[in-house]
Amino acid sequence: MSQDILALEVAGLGFRFGKKVALDNVSFAVARGQFKVLLGPNGAGKTTFFSLVTRLYVSALGEIRINGANLRAAPLKALAQMGIVFQQPTLDLDLNVRQNLLYHAALHGMQKSHALERIETELTRLGMLERQTEKVRQLNGGHRRRVEIARALLHQPKMLLLDEPTVGLDAPSRRDIVEHVHRMARDQNIAILWSTHLIDEVFEEDSVIVLHHGQVCADGSVAEVVAQTGTENIAGAFARIVGDTQT
Amino acid sequence: MKPVHAWRCLLGILVRESLRFIHQRERFIAALIRPLVWLLVFAAGFRSVLGISIIPPYETYISYEVYIVPGLIGMIQLFNGMQSSLSMVYDREMGSMRTLLVSPLPRWYLLVCKLLAGTFISILQVYAFLLIASAFGISMAPMGYLFLLPSLIACGLMLGAFAMLLSSLIKQLENFAGIMNFVIFPMFFMSSALYPLWRMRESSELLFNICSLNPFTYAVELTRFALYQRLNAEACIFTLIALAVFLGAAIYAYDPARGMMHRKAAGGG
Repeated sequence: MSQDILALEVAGLGFRFGKKVALDNVSFAVARGQFKVLLGPNGAGKTTFFSLVTRLYVSALGEIRINGANLRAAPLKALAQMGIVFQQPTLDLDLNVRQNLLYHAALHGMQKSHALERIETELTRLGMLERQTEKVRQLNGGHRRRVEIARALLHQPKMLLLDEPTVGLDAPSRRDIVEHVHRMARDQNIAILWSTHLIDEVFEEDSVIVLHHGQVCADGSVAEVVAQTGTENIAGAFARIVGDTQT
Repeated sequence: MKPVHAWRCLLGILVRESLRFIHQRERFIAALIRPLVWLLVFAAGFRSVLGISIIPPYETYISYEVYIVPGLIGMIQLFNGMQSSLSMVYDREMGSMRTLLVSPLPRWYLLVCKLLAGTFISILQVYAFLLIASAFGISMAPMGYLFLLPSLIACGLMLGAFAMLLSSLIKQLENFAGIMNFVIFPMFFMSSALYPLWRMRESSELLFNICSLNPFTYAVELTRFALYQRLNAEACIFTLIALAVFLGAAIYAYDPARGMMHRKAAGGG
């Protein structure tokens, strides 16, 4: 697969809940190795966007491509190329870490021996290998999130989507996960789309999309978005954009 | 969909459901206690009240305990289907349903795998129940247990599909208690599980007609005949038609393009 192909392309995406517009003409792209932050206050449409990109909802408006595969025309090919960490915890608490990961590997059609190798690799990378036989119920929130990230990477996706993955975590766990995923984008050349409403999760080198009331209000590098708004930093830029559109 | 991928997925779901079942020991015990109480307490009490005439597949007078065994097998499968459906509502509330539905396999196939896994668990429960029943002297011919298997697969899938359809209509877990009262119990009592339909007809023609339309009646009769190594063609056809209808409707309801899921889990950022 060519490096030129974008890991995620969204064009003209729209969605309504009845009469309420949840997303309106949303367009942006994420390249391989890029860490893109989908920044927006609660209710901006981030979770709706994740539901559309993961095909839990289907919209007739607009188009989503994952590594070149059109989600509507070739949904299975598209889904196979993405890893997802949902906002809600999705691990089975009564199963141990390895059993949870093997279940995911089976859903992706991985051979068991290959799955076990990948589990070892990803758990080692996340410092969770020695916990693999522990029940998920015994893990703290930060460790559960790490397992979910390892799970999302098992099938070696080109695109990793994380929907507010630090919700409910304490500050050290949050920092740890934010830094780890940033490192992963750099070292493994994976495209990351990270949604959050927390400004301190944005790094200087990131690219940012500001979503508000279902619309893209800004899209560019942190420096570009800051410059566009004439503010000093991304926190100021975010406050300006969200404040401007609210008035 | 590659066959090898489909097969691994089915195995994965089967293993997961089995592990969950093993870990939930209370669920297994409850699944056995419920029909055993009916069999060993209720049936013993009602033996003298309810006389059963000789009706097919029985060739001689039978005790009431023997009569209600197929109904209790149906009860196990119905409750297991509901339990599985309950876990889907729970999974959806907890989010783990999402992990399944975003897998790179057709959604209809994922739902069928889930149904097959639930049916497998229900069959384990049924044979455990029959084993205990035989220890109390309520046993069938050995070949009857073998003939029972295909019937259990058909009935388990049908009742599981029915439960899956219900789960797509339930928005929250709290509504499930209502479903138990308004769906499961009427379905069980308005069937041939506890009394033959001719007895029901003596009391009320309307109730008899309702019982005759109840898919659970056909599941029970298919099971009853299978235990005597006989095929009840009418019950078999009706069960398979009900399976096709319920499964088709459940797949429709869980189709992302149809909008059923749109009403769930809205909100967030």
